[in-house]
Amino acid sequence: MRYQNATAYRFLAPYLLIFSIFWLWPIIDSFLISFQATRTVPWRFAPTFNWGRLIGDPAFFNALKNTLLILVIQVPVMISLAIVMAVLLNSPLLKARGLFRFAFFAPVVVGEVAYSAVFRLMFNLDYGIINKLLNSIGLPSVDWFTNVTPAMAVIMMAVTWRWAGYNAIILLAGLQSIPEDVYEAATLDRVSKVKQFFYITLPLLKPIIVFCAVLSIIGTMQLFTEPFLITERGGPGGGTETLGLLLYRQGFRSLNFGYASAVAYTMAGLAIAISLVQIWLTREPK
Amino acid sequence: MTSRSPISHSRVSRSQARLGRSIALHLFLTPLALVWLFPLWMMVVFSTMPDNGIFSPDIELLPHGNFLDNVSNLQRGTNFIGAIGISVSVAVTYTFLSVMLTSMAGWALARYNFFGKGMVVAIIFGTITLPYAVVLIPQFIMVARDFKLANTWVALIVPPLFNSLGVLFMRQSFSMMPHELFDAAKVEGVKEWRIFLFVALPLARPMLAALAIILFLASWNNYLWPLLINSKPGAMTAPVALGTLIGLTKVSWGGIMAGAVMLTAPMLVVFVLLQRHFVAGIAAGAIK
Repeated sequence: MRYQNATAYRFLAPYLLIFSIFWLWPIIDSFLISFQATRTVPWRFAPTFNWGRLIGDPAFFNALKNTLLILVIQVPVMISLAIVMAVLLNSPLLKARGLFRFAFFAPVVVGEVAYSAVFRLMFNLDYGIINKLLNSIGLPSVDWFTNVTPAMAVIMMAVTWRWAGYNAIILLAGLQSIPEDVYEAATLDRVSKVKQFFYITLPLLKPIIVFCAVLSIIGTMQLFTEPFLITERGGPGGGTETLGLLLYRQGFRSLNFGYASAVAYTMAGLAIAISLVQIWLTREPK
Repeated sequence: MTSRSPISHSRVSRSQARLGRSIALHLFLTPLALVWLFPLWMMVVFSTMPDNGIFSPDIELLPHGNFLDNVSNLQRGTNFIGAIGISVSVAVTYTFLSVMLTSMAGWALARYNFFGKGMVVAIIFGTITLPYAVVLIPQFIMVARDFKLANTWVALIVPPLFNSLGVLFMRQSFSMMPHELFDAAKVEGVKEWRIFLFVALPLARPMLAALAIILFLASWNNYLWPLLINSKPGAMTAPVALGTLIGLTKVSWGGIMAGAVMLTAPMLVVFVLLQRHFVAGIAAGAIK
């Protein structure tokens, strides 16, 4: 094989330059900043200053708990829903396919701010359409934003609404790459549709499901806009504060860059752990 | 659903079973689709209602005629039209630059063998699962304090240019093309950058369209980075400008909803017109 270093790197240069300045160096710098006391100028090296504070900070554990709680509930619900959407959208029996695709895929183009505003208004206590509809069928209003559990539920519903279709698009493409004759053979052997789903579709789709799950976990782990805008800076009383919001509050409200960097690296640690689980789950069987 | 005879599948019972399945499918999917469309529909309804209509005890599910009044309420609270101008210019510039950068990098990875190739690929894959939070703080310190670029277009456009999924997508697109074609051009004495620009890129047009749509959308909807770096009123993008209103006590919610519609409607139109490219761009992230 012939090497063409000069030509290759000429094409790669602008991309790698942006990467080095705006990603590679910040990744390293963030790690270094997390070991510095940044509340006084000049910053000084103080290895336990932020990390020591982190492991004793109730606000950190609150944000970690909330983030993990959203992760373990919202991601499985959304991925299951996305699988259902993808399988049903792929059904040859479906009429008006275009309309259904539009309904499920349209949220993909809606920005976080726009849909946060809509969800906030829909779940308003006195005038929100959700409570009005609950009342109209004889159910009492829910005080969505002053109690933690319903506030969390609104966040999870909002994120699920926004991202289920996105995952369904990826899963649908995966479904369409499964050869048709596998199902034809199963149908000839009188394997029911339900069994076909569990014994053919799910196993063949597994790598893509895992991919979607990992992307969703990493996305949800960094959740910021929804608790920032829908539940008003992580309200009620920090009940929906996530790691992303804690990082924002510490880094950009209190300008405590060292502590915020420690929070960021905690998130990176979680992401690395999750990626390793993904590699383990999708490893080739020996 | 009709029960199927275990002995013989007559045509009639087969088609009845199909009909039953089809009805069940639509009975399940239709309410789900309506629930999914509901927030978007309500966004439109709210954007056309006066504030005293939004905050009234009546259930209103149909649009009214107050959209333009709401837009002017919104414009009074924040220069939203100006912010949309910034968002459009930034998204267009970003999309063009990012498509060029990621195609060049994808081309290099698809066509050449070079020292450090494995390392470059590893970096690109590695950053897919890296939380953006890890880069955010030093990136902010560097751009705002060291480069003094806060509240400029450069700050909005340049740092997000690094994009790993785009490179992987373009690498995949270029490596599926017949390399004999490029090699033939090379034998004719055509320079590599001309082969890239005039042979490879035109062949990649559908993939470039898919990539451009996804990148445009990402820039258009980007919130956290523009919120941090361009916080001065005259330099805000449209989502940031709209976000500043949410949570204020004296604010026109009809106006906020009109803004949400102005951010969303153009993207929905693009989505409907170019659904194939959209879906291809998103699905490309996973399907290799």
